Amino acid sequence: MIELTIDGTKVRVEKGTSVLEAAKEMGIIIPTLCYYPGLSSYGECRVCLVEVVKGKNRSSLEASCAMPVEQGLVIRTNSEKAKKARKLVVELLIASCPTSKTLQDMASNMGINRIRFKIKDRGCILCGRCVRYCKEQMRSGGIGFVGRGTSRRVATAFGVTPAECRNCGGCEWICPVCERACTANNLINGLCGGCQNLAPVETCAICTGCSESVGAHGHTVY
Amino acid sequence: MGVDFEKVDTIVDEYGCNRDSLISILQDVQNEYHYLPEDMLRQVARRLELPLIQVYGVATFFKAFSLKPRGEHMVRVCLGTACHVRGAPAVLDEVKRRLGVEPGETTKDMQFTLETVNCLGACALGPLLVMDDKYQGQMSPGKIRKVLRDYKKDAEGK
Amino acid sequence: MKKLRSPAELERLRDRIVGQHDPERPYVSVCGGTGCHAYKCEDVARALGNEIKQQGLGERVELKVTGCHGFCERGPLIVIYPEKIFYQRVTPADTSEIVSETIVKGKVIDRLLYAEPGNGHKARCEDDVSFYKKQQRLIFGNNGIIDPTNIEDYLAVDGYSALCKVLFDMHPEEVLDEISRSGLRGRGGAGFPTFRKWEAARNAPSYDGIRYIICNADEGDPGAYMDRSLLEGNPHSVIEGMIIGAYTMGSHHGYVYVRNEYPLAVNNLGIALDQARQYGFLGKNILGSNFDFDIKVSRGGGAFICGESTALMASLEGRIGEPRPKHIHTALKGLYGRPTNLNNVETWANVPFIISRGAKWYSTIGTEGSKGTKIFSLVGKINNTGLVEVPMGITLREMVYDIGGGIRGGKKFKAVQTGGPSGGCIPESLIDLPVDFDRLTEAGAMMGSGGMIVMDEDNCMVDMARYFVKFLTEESCGKCVPCREGLDRMLDILTDITEGRGKKEDIELLEELGDVIKEASLCGLGGTAPNPVLSTIRYFRDEYEAHITDRRCPAGVCKALITFTVDAVNCTGCRVCARECPQGAISGEKKEIHFIDQGKCIKCGLCRDLCKFDAVLVS
Repeated sequence: MIELTIDGTKVRVEKGTSVLEAAKEMGIIIPTLCYYPGLSSYGECRVCLVEVVKGKNRSSLEASCAMPVEQGLVIRTNSEKAKKARKLVVELLIASCPTSKTLQDMASNMGINRIRFKIKDRGCILCGRCVRYCKEQMRSGGIGFVGRGTSRRVATAFGVTPAECRNCGGCEWICPVCERACTANNLINGLCGGCQNLAPVETCAICTGCSESVGAHGHTVY
Repeated sequence: MGVDFEKVDTIVDEYGCNRDSLISILQDVQNEYHYLPEDMLRQVARRLELPLIQVYGVATFFKAFSLKPRGEHMVRVCLGTACHVRGAPAVLDEVKRRLGVEPGETTKDMQFTLETVNCLGACALGPLLVMDDKYQGQMSPGKIRKVLRDYKKDAEGK
Repeated sequence: MKKLRSPAELERLRDRIVGQHDPERPYVSVCGGTGCHAYKCEDVARALGNEIKQQGLGERVELKVTGCHGFCERGPLIVIYPEKIFYQRVTPADTSEIVSETIVKGKVIDRLLYAEPGNGHKARCEDDVSFYKKQQRLIFGNNGIIDPTNIEDYLAVDGYSALCKVLFDMHPEEVLDEISRSGLRGRGGAGFPTFRKWEAARNAPSYDGIRYIICNADEGDPGAYMDRSLLEGNPHSVIEGMIIGAYTMGSHHGYVYVRNEYPLAVNNLGIALDQARQYGFLGKNILGSNFDFDIKVSRGGGAFICGESTALMASLEGRIGEPRPKHIHTALKGLYGRPTNLNNVETWANVPFIISRGAKWYSTIGTEGSKGTKIFSLVGKINNTGLVEVPMGITLREMVYDIGGGIRGGKKFKAVQTGGPSGGCIPESLIDLPVDFDRLTEAGAMMGSGGMIVMDEDNCMVDMARYFVKFLTEESCGKCVPCREGLDRMLDILTDITEGRGKKEDIELLEELGDVIKEASLCGLGGTAPNPVLSTIRYFRDEYEAHITDRRCPAGVCKALITFTVDAVNCTGCRVCARECPQGAISGEKKEIHFIDQGKCIKCGLCRDLCKFDAVLVS
């Protein structure tokens, strides 16, 4: 058993537990996006950042989902530093995926009421849940990360549905930001034509059932 | 009509069919074909028993790889800090204008592919332009026309 | 060549090699670094070789193409021993005279000597050249006298004697102690105490006993090329360092991860490794010590992020260069989950030196917190561009003016950028700062891998900040939000500022973004990316404000904020600019003062470039 201090209270947990899970055992819920129980932790979204106190006036921010507990660790889940960082991260996320209800709810909970950055709808927050689901739960290699930096996206190789895809729909189900079910007439079109999830089929006035994300061809959501 | 995988198979075997050597294998395949053809990538994935998306992910992550055929000649403009400080962006703009392509693209006649590089370590010669292997130093927008013209002539003459 | 089976055999070979070399015999060392290759040094070497033969001196005079001599501004360079006469900007046409006058008659050719900027005083020998005077070329010095493709040259300068000492006279704990007492800190950028890294890797448990050591030669900082020149010019110094490290840490497998863009370094390293194996310095039972070790070379794929240790290891494993959090240090679980030690090229090259000369002597060089020397690439708006090796503690002023020869074109010094895209700029007010890990960090910069970019009054600091952020957005792996999205938005704001769309709140927004990106990013790339922006705001806030409030670029760089006009006083009406202008924006008859149509002008700068009369003004 490992003993650590979270928000002033000592807690003892099994070795191998993440700081996020240890906090949960105490009833402290740290917001998350890319984390999903059952999948390996990735540490991409940085929403679950907590402050790790290392000494007098020395601390760092770490993603609690990807940090294993250590004896004597001192954590502050809701310090000013952690809150400031989380807030900015969510602001950046909304600027890159504005139509997601999950993100909008998270933002309003944090008191974010304006976006100071240019809105560039990427249609995806690159949390990798879908990729991890496909790889770890389905033991398949259907989708993955392609490209680098702001050109990074989730896709299939050469844009073609791979033989490995078993049409389980898990990638779509596990996505944290899109709320609408895929409305393509079969998943094959839905998957490899790009994420159907944000296609505003029911609200877009010009919709032809395309599989491109909001913002393409000037489509808008009402 | 079958695609000939002999060259790719030889390369994969040279590296002992080792998954860790994926990047080196792709580099050698690219040296052979001047880019990474789709067929060859599929064969590499097959031989190494890796999901195709993993090979594709690696091929799209590293800037050294190109999935599109490239031109006869590589035109590289160095955008390293020392060259930037000496006016490389103006050189790049002029090259873009003369060739009519953006970095990463190839001219319609498949003669020139333009690329930018981040520091080749010849900083004393900055701003630097590399035509295939030839280093052209102390570049300025005024000198570009002559360099490209000489090169086109050279290339046509061959 | 039979493998050497003991230190005694090595010493016998060394004596033989040294015995064959006559110190009085003249030999010519031609710089063969990549920089000089760009100046066609092979043609000079070939011409010299031919001249030597033709003038019947083939037996008496030796010609050697060596690694980089460092003074890249003046290439092609040759040094004629034993006097060490230093000739710069040599062309193949000069070679006949060089042989007949200097080598045969000992007469110096004036026009090929280096002239001091300012007083024009000519330096006869390498040691007189101001560029070299304040340097202390302990690690880099041998570049000028050894042929990197011939291991025996390395043996002639005591190569691999440190290895013998370690393998036969020292216990690994003693080597560790020596490295500790030397105070050696990593030369890759972070400056972490080397002995601590080694100690951690040595003590880390490994279930099958396998431990790895890696040499990080992915030198990605644009403007830095020290590691490349070390690998090209003296690869054995790095190899020897790695073998010593491997012995100390109990590793039998080493890797050198080299940038793909360094073909000569890859080539020379390959040759050096083959020769080291041939002679018995690598492989099984090294020199009869019972210690096995070998090194594999792996090439990068063109990704700056692969200079980060966890991304590098991922790349070695054939995966994309995505870093991982270092809660579990790579010293415990690195490559393939085994204990791994990673060090920079220059760090490894320092090791044999420390062992040979001793930690005590080594620690007399440098400052309290930063021992030894450091190789820097001094580039940018400076007269003497090149690679310099200086003792830690030397001031920036000495580097820029005494070694660098001051600013090109007599312009005014503005700032020095250190640490590449992870570092910051140091303004004139701090030019007397000593070069030292901690002092530079305090000033908001960072020593980094050694790139030192000198900027003058014609460089815009906002443009420089934007340049670095743009570089990093292209190199970001894209995994975590603060780096991927945050840097992208920082770039948007900086672009707006340089194009005249800056808003009052922008500076504060940049600072806020910068602070969060630094803290919230997963790896060091994001963690240090805001530094150039934050440091330029710290020292050059007025420039940012001029761009935003006055829509003005004081340095005359940002295209949207400058205007090109013709100076009526200097214009001679020669029509050169008018003919070349790509937009046809310049009008004016011959001998008439020309005029630039602002509506058509695209600010390409061609006219200013071509004008021989300084008649194009930028405001």
